[in-house]
Amino acid sequence: MKSHDTNSEQCFHCGLPLPTGAYYPVSINDMRHETCCHGCQAVAQMIVDSGNEGYYHHRTEFPATATVQDPEQILRQLQLFDLPEIQRSFVKTGAGDVREAALILEGIVCAACIWLNERHVMQLPGVLAIEINYSTRRARVQWDNSQTQLSEILQAIRDMGYSAHPFDPFQQEQIFMRERALSQRRLAIAGLGMMQVMMYAIPVYVADPGSMTWDIEALMRWASLMLTLPVVFYSAWPFFRGAWRDLLRRHLGMDVPVALGIGASFIASLWATFTHAGEVYFDSVTMFVFFLLAGRYLEMSVRRKSAAAVEAMVKLIPAVATRFCDYPAQHTTEVVPVSQLAVGDVLLIKPGEVIPADGLVLTGSSEADESLLTGESIALAKVAGDHLVGGAINVSSPLQMRVEKVGADTLHAGIVRLLDRAQAEKPKIALLADRVASWFVLALLVIAAAVALTWITVDATRAFWITVSVLVVTCPCALGLATPAALTAATGRLTRLGLLITRGHALETLAKVTHVIFDKTGTLTHGRPELLETIVLGSCSMDRCRAMASALEAMSEHPIACALHDVEAPMLQVQNIIHQTGAGLEGAIEGQRLRLGSPEFVAELHGQSLPSQFALRDGQSMVALGDEQGWLCIFILGDQLRADAHQAIERLKLLGIEVSLLSGDGAPIVRHVAERLGITCFTAQLLPQGKLDRLRQLQQQGEIVAMVGDGVNDAPVLAAAQVSIAMGQGAEVAQASADMVMMTGQLVRLADAISVARQTARIIRQNLLWAVIYNLVAIPAAAFGLVTPWMAGLGMSFSSLLVVLNALRLRQVKYERVNMLSPRPLAPATLVTEGH
Amino acid sequence: MEILFVLIPVSVVIVLIIGGLFLWAVKSGQFEDMEGPAHRILMDDDTPTQPKRVQ
Repeated sequence: MKSHDTNSEQCFHCGLPLPTGAYYPVSINDMRHETCCHGCQAVAQMIVDSGNEGYYHHRTEFPATATVQDPEQILRQLQLFDLPEIQRSFVKTGAGDVREAALILEGIVCAACIWLNERHVMQLPGVLAIEINYSTRRARVQWDNSQTQLSEILQAIRDMGYSAHPFDPFQQEQIFMRERALSQRRLAIAGLGMMQVMMYAIPVYVADPGSMTWDIEALMRWASLMLTLPVVFYSAWPFFRGAWRDLLRRHLGMDVPVALGIGASFIASLWATFTHAGEVYFDSVTMFVFFLLAGRYLEMSVRRKSAAAVEAMVKLIPAVATRFCDYPAQHTTEVVPVSQLAVGDVLLIKPGEVIPADGLVLTGSSEADESLLTGESIALAKVAGDHLVGGAINVSSPLQMRVEKVGADTLHAGIVRLLDRAQAEKPKIALLADRVASWFVLALLVIAAAVALTWITVDATRAFWITVSVLVVTCPCALGLATPAALTAATGRLTRLGLLITRGHALETLAKVTHVIFDKTGTLTHGRPELLETIVLGSCSMDRCRAMASALEAMSEHPIACALHDVEAPMLQVQNIIHQTGAGLEGAIEGQRLRLGSPEFVAELHGQSLPSQFALRDGQSMVALGDEQGWLCIFILGDQLRADAHQAIERLKLLGIEVSLLSGDGAPIVRHVAERLGITCFTAQLLPQGKLDRLRQLQQQGEIVAMVGDGVNDAPVLAAAQVSIAMGQGAEVAQASADMVMMTGQLVRLADAISVARQTARIIRQNLLWAVIYNLVAIPAAAFGLVTPWMAGLGMSFSSLLVVLNALRLRQVKYERVNMLSPRPLAPATLVTEGH
Repeated sequence: MEILFVLIPVSVVIVLIIGGLFLWAVKSGQFEDMEGPAHRILMDDDTPTQPKRVQ
């Protein structure tokens, strides 16, 4: 392969450092490359086998580390998308068996990803067309339903290490497309009008007095008028409409002076054109409109991008539920779409899952977090006979519930609320700017009126033009644009770094953070403990022990459960399962009463002490399995630190931020992790309440605390911290209580985000300062008649432009690449000639 | 200078034509993906894709 290949210490696929002892080779054209894990190996092998190794030449960024997936379970989930009742909402039916769907793609990091996905999907039999939009990460795919199914296409994308889910393009997407096309048209017309009107205006400005005859000048004026008409009546229409709406609501917004300025200069110029007297200001009008529209267009597209990312996160379609096939006779379950639920169905709700419909608890005891629905942040205890509200989140242990009310909207409502909240909440500083602007407009109108009255008594012929100048020059655009432009640019920047802002105040608070608290599992570590060793203690074989542990953990979504749940193990029936939060679980398999969990918990069952040679090793944890007779086996589980955790802590310290680690895990592991990362302040074995107390204590000392966490138990702490960041792979309840969600799992991005937030605060201050200075200079100058309207238009436009350009600097804030090589140039096409 | 009496109206007409072309381009979706095509042209290598797998 080529010289740009990864060096030997890096994973060939994802670029992360190779763990010691990892051996997951992939061979390409007789060359061996090392990958870091099973997941990356499988994906890389798939890419090579399908003849798409060109991807590795083209890519400019490393993809995320691939995860090993349970193919059957995923296929079962994906097959839900093949059901006609699910497809109805997002699939367009063409002639015969032709179907078309819109997909959201996740995991796209560079253009080569698009190339790879398009090529790979096109290779599937029955796929007619696929087209991926680079900027929106949305794809449109067309297939022949008699030859392939949507689930196969989605599976093929999964095989490449990406994920795709359908979305309903007929809702927000289409509204957005229409809006964007409309603003593009408005912007284009204003731009063309501005350029050409300027061409007619400049000769008049530069010509020597008298060298231009009146008829030529009149012709120029009429031509300018012709081209200004569409700009004022089509492009600038939203400003007039906005101003009218503001006046009806008796509220002075930005649109009022803008509309007044445009209207006054246009009418004045119209008058001048017809009467051949005075000056025309068509050039100022068109330029003014163009700059304003350009600013709004940029703002709209950035906001849309972050909204799209949030939409992708919540993965609305299809909401699924786990239903018992024949309750209570059997305990087999099936995954069904929420829309197929009927009253009387019995569902299994795993901890961390959203309750899909309203109903009654049959068995189990747990807590339900209804904060999304009611705002009540304390989880409510739920036992048999209690009511459950759809959209709430089951917190601690599995519940069996009977559906009482259906409505596909129950779950939907909760998520939509989350989205709405993010969009509706304006940052405090933006609210302040709005209020200030409203007073500013009022003051401006009063000043303009006073100037007009004064000049009528002094020199009536100049009164009109000076008033127009005052209106145009003081247009509070610089003020109105200053904050939103900076916030929009920063939000866009953070979205590209993989950080989604779900609460309005997040950016502002992040800039002031003095202390960051990390959770350990799932935050500093991958949160996916892996089974390292199985030590058999009893008479059972290792395979039997594994199968029993797998069956016991099948119902749970706890990270340890995922490590112990082995998809290839034979299925065993488990009865009477009981969850003991923080300890483990108990159940019966074929009449044998078993406990799986912490050694203390298991020891309670049979009363024997653990053989001493199995003391805990650093950084590892131990799960025991036992029955009433004694120990059966010990599972040693290990959780790896995130590759960039150390770098992230270092960078936070460089920013002058204190870092501490609060964990519910045992002291030896926590100390081990803290020492490796250089964290001096850490506390182990904390319950959620303990974490909360710690946080409160810090807050009382005047610290502004950011909390980074991922788990269900972190939710209250996340909610109490001034600003909170949830990991994208974490529990939904954690994301719901967080102000930001970290989608990529790269902790280094947190330091970047704080830098961006600080920079944003600085730029907002600069912008506001500029707007104040500009207006303090310009208003008196205009009021004394020193500024002609065209100078006013120019000054206003440049002022707005300056503010926008200053804000756009945020898009360029430098950040360090994580464990990546410097970007490589694209390989010339001729180099990619290997055969297959 | 009399030529200006022709040229200026002509310029107005040309701007209107360009504006019309622009509106058509927006309508036909040419501004929907502003980044993709720039990358696509570089990515378009000559390696033949594998023949479609037979089911």
